[in-house]
Amino acid sequence: MTRTKRRAGRRHPLATVALLALGLVFTGGAYAALSSGTVAQAEIDPNSQQTIEEGKKLFQANCATCHGLEAQGTANGPSLIGVGAASVDFQVGTGRMPMQMQGPQAQEKPVQFTDDQVKQLAYYVASLGPGPDIPADHLVNGGGDAANGAELFRINCAMCHNVAGAGGALTEGKFAPPLTDVSGVHIYEAMVTGPQNMPVFNDLNITPEDKRDVITYLKYLQDNRSPGGFELGSLGPVAEGLFIWIFGLGAIVAITVWITAKSN
Amino acid sequence: MAQDDHSGTELAAADSSLAAQEFAGSTGTAVIPHDAFENPGFEPHRPRVTDEDAGREKRAQRTVYTLFYLSILGSVWAIAAYMLFPIESNDVGAVRLNNMFIGLGVTLALLGIGFGAVHWGKTLMTSAESIDVRHPIGGSEATQQGAVEVFRQADEESGFSRRTVIRNSLIGALLVFPLPAVVLFRGLAPQDQIPVELLSHTMWAKGTRLALDPSGVPIRAADVTIGSAFHVIPEGLVDLEHGRLEEKAKAAVLLMRLDPSELNEAPDRESWSYDGIVAYSKICTHVGCPVALYEQHTHHLLCPCHQSQFDVANHCEVIFGPAKRPLPQLPIAVDDEGYLIAQSDFTEPVGPSFWERH
Repeated sequence: MTRTKRRAGRRHPLATVALLALGLVFTGGAYAALSSGTVAQAEIDPNSQQTIEEGKKLFQANCATCHGLEAQGTANGPSLIGVGAASVDFQVGTGRMPMQMQGPQAQEKPVQFTDDQVKQLAYYVASLGPGPDIPADHLVNGGGDAANGAELFRINCAMCHNVAGAGGALTEGKFAPPLTDVSGVHIYEAMVTGPQNMPVFNDLNITPEDKRDVITYLKYLQDNRSPGGFELGSLGPVAEGLFIWIFGLGAIVAITVWITAKSN
Repeated sequence: MAQDDHSGTELAAADSSLAAQEFAGSTGTAVIPHDAFENPGFEPHRPRVTDEDAGREKRAQRTVYTLFYLSILGSVWAIAAYMLFPIESNDVGAVRLNNMFIGLGVTLALLGIGFGAVHWGKTLMTSAESIDVRHPIGGSEATQQGAVEVFRQADEESGFSRRTVIRNSLIGALLVFPLPAVVLFRGLAPQDQIPVELLSHTMWAKGTRLALDPSGVPIRAADVTIGSAFHVIPEGLVDLEHGRLEEKAKAAVLLMRLDPSELNEAPDRESWSYDGIVAYSKICTHVGCPVALYEQHTHHLLCPCHQSQFDVANHCEVIFGPAKRPLPQLPIAVDDEGYLIAQSDFTEPVGPSFWERH
């Protein structure tokens, strides 16, 4: 009796579904347990051999096609020897690398690696030659002098990135991206390394403290809305002109039609 | 509809020979050829709902005076807002509130009057079409003759045509009269200096160190790594008591370091750079905007105002846009202590063209 019952249970139409669900829960649980294990390991040690080995593996699998097996560069991509951890952390950490396609400039997209993998890649490339390192926390947390940062930003950055950090056009399809939701670390790394066509602003041009002030100013812009009301993207006269052409003139045309239409 | 006082009657009297008079009003000054289209006249008058329905007429009337009352409310609110949201502190937020609420009040006041008047006209004032003919502009034949006679008589009595020497000297005096106003334009430039000299020279001189904008800290050649762009002012500019902005407007320089193998230099300017470090005026040769949108790999410099592009690798020649001349190059060298210095002033005037520029 029990045997037939069990057999009937095994043949129950929902048995497959139940088994699948069980399997999925088990696999998922095991994955969660394992991956939380790696998170628990936390801080990646920049100098450990293991980090560099992991980074090298990731590099050879994902980057070597263009940058060469030893990061020496090929016809399709520059040498990465001496670009430093900051450069890799910026390019990979903002999703610009691996590059989606050849074009005027590498575009931002969803990040392709976990934070740990980005760090492993960065420290592998840093181990190939000396270069700018990933900045320390106190330089990028926005705790500086926003007024000084604003002056430096207007002199060094605003001509391309717009005084409100809204970005702008460059030559031949290139553009300076908006800085409205870029993290402090990435802003700092971009200044030190000069990604794409951006010039380098090394520590002798803009000191680390001044860079911190620039980041503070950008954070201030991110956190405080413009006191002037509706910003229209902070793009200046073009956006404002377009707005008034479409909505201002549109309203005038509509009112004119209303005034001259016959009343019923 | 009310007609104005010139309803074309005086013209109709003059032109009564014209045939097309069967519709209301006269032809005015219109020229009507014989083969003209037949005037279809007015469409049949269609009464509005407010003409037929007393209830709707009441409602329209209510709408109109409500709009006018809203206008009064808006004006009163604008006055109240001026007092309720004063700009007393240095707070930008207070200015914003003050502007916004006064603006809303005034907008309501003006739109209330405007929309009320239009609604009144459209729904309640009479809607019957009529033609208000344009009245003739010219006077009668006799008036015109009279005017000519006045001029002829005045010419005869004054001798304007007869006494040619007097007439010509008067014309000469009138032509010369505006010249002092032209001369006064000279007063727009500083009185004790020659404007052409001012436009031709900047603060740069032999041995002036290149300094960082805005701090004024001098720059060493070794500080300028490849791919860098430095915004540069002459050393000593920050200490100027007078005319600091005027000097900066002429002397602003962009300093860049390129890989020397990518730099194509004119033979007579090879000594103007230092190991791939070049310095160019930041003032566009088109209309003087600051050109500083530098791309470190293409070596393009873009002017944001009118999209002129300069090729830094190729002595800043114009590769696109309205600028006609390359950006002037500042000849630089390195002094004993490793600081970048200017070899001389710019060898040509910076910025846009002017009359005496050669």
